Amino acid sequence: MLEINDINVYYGAIHALKGVSVTVEEGQIVTLIGANGAGKSTTLRTISGLLKPKAGQVMFEGKSIAGMAVHNIVKLGISQVPEGRRIFANMSVLENLELGAYTRSDSKGIREDMDKIFSRFSRLAERKPQMAGTLSGGEQQMLAMGRALMSRPRLLLLDEPSMGLAPLLVKEIFSIIKEINASGTTVLLVEQNANMALSIAHKAYVLETGRITLSGTAEELAASEAVRKAYLGG
Amino acid sequence: MEAGSIAHQFVQQLINGVSLGSIYALIALGYTMIYGILKLINFAHGDIYMVGAYVGFFATSILKLSFFPALLMAMVVAAVVGMVIERVAYRPLRNSPKIAILITAIGVSLFLEYGGMLLVTPQPRTFPAVFAAELYNFGGIVINSQQIVILAISIALMIILTYVVQKTKAGKAMRAVSFDTDAAKLMGINVDQTISFTFAVGSGLAAAAGVLVGIYYNSIDPLMGIMPGLKAFIAAVLGGIGVIPGAMAGGIILGIIEAMVSGFISSTFRDAAAFGILIIILLFKPSGLMGKNVREKV
Repeated sequence: MLEINDINVYYGAIHALKGVSVTVEEGQIVTLIGANGAGKSTTLRTISGLLKPKAGQVMFEGKSIAGMAVHNIVKLGISQVPEGRRIFANMSVLENLELGAYTRSDSKGIREDMDKIFSRFSRLAERKPQMAGTLSGGEQQMLAMGRALMSRPRLLLLDEPSMGLAPLLVKEIFSIIKEINASGTTVLLVEQNANMALSIAHKAYVLETGRITLSGTAEELAASEAVRKAYLGG
Repeated sequence: MEAGSIAHQFVQQLINGVSLGSIYALIALGYTMIYGILKLINFAHGDIYMVGAYVGFFATSILKLSFFPALLMAMVVAAVVGMVIERVAYRPLRNSPKIAILITAIGVSLFLEYGGMLLVTPQPRTFPAVFAAELYNFGGIVINSQQIVILAISIALMIILTYVVQKTKAGKAMRAVSFDTDAAKLMGINVDQTISFTFAVGSGLAAAAGVLVGIYYNSIDPLMGIMPGLKAFIAAVLGGIGVIPGAMAGGIILGIIEAMVSGFISSTFRDAAAFGILIIILLFKPSGLMGKNVREKV
């Protein structure tokens, strides 16, 4: 479904991704794990079109999307929950979800999807008119995910959904990610919490200073000595 | 002055001030919306107001249009001019340092002022009286029918604007882009299109102000945008730059203060009072009356 081939991305003079290749099969949860600054978010930002690779290809369903405008990539069916959630804090919960559906004009379908999101995230339903900035961290994460789902993506990119959340909430968020995947959305998950990520993923990649150093099924990586030492705390 | 006459003068100046202030508010809205979305003080904005006044002038004097069609035409032409300026002058500099785009805005402003002189001559023109100015006298307080028209149209435009910004898809996109451009892109919002739309709306409002002033003061010239442009900038800062209701309130407050200073002290101090307000607000509350405290996110 998604094939990233040998991409090189720079921030000015800094060479952030040095030939990264990642493949995501339809229906799977694929995770990118690695330390801070390894290039995980850079990879997602490049897929979404916020960054342009200097070299290499990004193919989505056989179509090259590197260099395309971000809004057109969203229209193709790739939606991202950015790092730090980036909800529109000065707008209501409802308005945030409406903006998530910006690319759509089927008002009936939008209403149905909104109901689905409110039943999946019942805490958002109680807070429809509330300003998004007044929500708790966990609720904001749910809102950011709900908002991304409103565009009916076929590929959902999640950047550090566990960041800053209490362990119980992290569990809840991850079980929701599994549900989303089970209902047919392919997921590419970036996480520092390697334990949790490997527990739900089918396939995993380890990213270190801009390079993929290991890849395999989630079970393989969870069992690997190197991964356990570096990311799973022994 | 005895108490009765002071009260009388106060009410009279209040009326004058609200009417003048609603003009400032219309111009300030464009400043504040463009700042909100691009973080750019568009110094050419006052000149868009002048362009609007001239289009209104030619529409009524040469095309013989009546007031409303002329107003609409001025707004549409100015909206197009605003979009062209953004496309040609500002968009190529989107990723340049802020100072480059600010200097460009000053350049565009001078271009419109002196290009305007070349095109329509520096000679002031007399705006045709599109409707007769009637004076109503309420127990010594004089209200000009034109003041009522100015106020009514300004309020109507502000209501429409509020509706567009709060309720329509384009308005929500505008708020999203101004809050967080990258997040807005990830929603599938075409940011370039949204910025164009913002310039169109802001320029249209300034043009409406230009036509209203043309009718009220009768006289227009290519440099007429400089002072109201600066005053509207002050109004936008006073209300909190980037905040739409702030621009409305800031404009009205500035208009009232100016009218009071003219009425009770001397009209020569009017501009000094306006710029004094700018200095005071920048010293004590730079975020403006309705501004949020901006926290830097890391």
